[in-house]
Amino acid sequence: MCLAFPAQVIELLPAEQAVVDLDGVRKTVSVLLLEDVAIGEYVMVHVGFALAKVDAEEAAQTLALMKEAMALTGPLADREEVPA
Amino acid sequence: MRFVDEFRDGAVARTLAARIADLVEPGRSYRLMEFCGGHTHTISRYGLEDLLPESIRLIHGPGCPVCVLPIGRLDMAIDLARRPEVILCCYGDMMRVPASGRASLMRAKADGADVRMVYASTDALALARANPDREVVFFAIGFETTTPATAAALKQAGAMDLGNFSVFCNHVLTPSAIAAILSLEDSPDGEGLQVDGFVGPGHVSTVIGSAPYEPFARDHGKPIVVSGFEPLDILQSVEMLVVQLNQGRAEVETQYSRAVGRDGNRKALDLIRETLALRESFEWRGLGSIPESALRVADAYAAFDAERKFGPESLSVPDHPACECGTILRGVKRPAECRIFGTGCTPDNPIGSCMVSPEGACAAHYLYGRFRTERAAAE
Repeated sequence: MCLAFPAQVIELLPAEQAVVDLDGVRKTVSVLLLEDVAIGEYVMVHVGFALAKVDAEEAAQTLALMKEAMALTGPLADREEVPA
Repeated sequence: MRFVDEFRDGAVARTLAARIADLVEPGRSYRLMEFCGGHTHTISRYGLEDLLPESIRLIHGPGCPVCVLPIGRLDMAIDLARRPEVILCCYGDMMRVPASGRASLMRAKADGADVRMVYASTDALALARANPDREVVFFAIGFETTTPATAAALKQAGAMDLGNFSVFCNHVLTPSAIAAILSLEDSPDGEGLQVDGFVGPGHVSTVIGSAPYEPFARDHGKPIVVSGFEPLDILQSVEMLVVQLNQGRAEVETQYSRAVGRDGNRKALDLIRETLALRESFEWRGLGSIPESALRVADAYAAFDAERKFGPESLSVPDHPACECGTILRGVKRPAECRIFGTGCTPDNPIGSCMVSPEGACAAHYLYGRFRTERAAAE
């Protein structure tokens, strides 16, 4: 139920609405819950409303922390057969 | 898809899992409750339990709004839908949820009730404008993630003076449910639950922030890690919980920092405060009545409150006697331990609500997990 998708803002419309793109699927959603939405930004969309902006820097840091694990232990895929 | 694909990388998942396996202390068990049904779905879909060491048990919590809505509230919605003047709008998740006497909104629709599935609350507003001679009732359910959409619809209905629109409000609150689960911990009948830490809900927290969980960490000594929804997010959150437990810490940490801050979404919270108010008490399936755990339409918006407008009879209905949804939602039993799981109760023909929504513990296990159990039994 609390499913939300990161979609990119591609057009700003009147009445606090915006067109977002998710992998080629475009949809008009409300951005009234957010401040200063800009074209190109990613937002989390849930039931027709953008709830939060996606912070690209934080996302990169999170990924870097995960990959640090890889650098330390090396990919386990080499060591063990695990079903994908 | 950006911010999705990179969080599903199998090689990174396996190394994260290996790191967790190195971290767990021998002889110690880690019982972690993922509160949110979205997390339950990801765990089942990607088989994360297979990657994790056996000492980590993931307990599926009650964070599936379809699953915790008691039958009585659904019966009330069906009663509303059967009024000839009413168009009842609901999210798709609700259509097949079994009500009393095997009724459902889907069956009510087949019998002639005007039930419409909508994607957004604003679709219900548009229906009300297009049908001025009908009464449009929006069947609002969901945790804090979904609440701002309802609040926005109420505000807009007020601004437009849309007299034929109303909300049947069933929004529930995450912190109250976590408190209720923690209060089960010391229940004398053994029905309580032992949870060492929580994987906290990510999208609820985009709205309320991570601060509301701080009392649970402080007063109950339970670490909480607010997690994203992709498989790598959940694995990293599990790792963060294991680290906290090993170090004897109990803090609120946010793994899902790309979308969640400590204070949440101020605009959304203001909108909720203006249009909705706290209920004294609300019944949850599996958890019973919980004080101050749900929202109703605020007095200033009483004209848009379906309960005040139509006065549906309040109903409290017991679950099907064989259904274990209650104990499963409390994490006391696992889906396969219910005697009608996969036989009398399947996603095509659900008896309990946990089998309806794909994020319900039973449906998730039926779709993805049961093959593992069957394989283990065969070996």
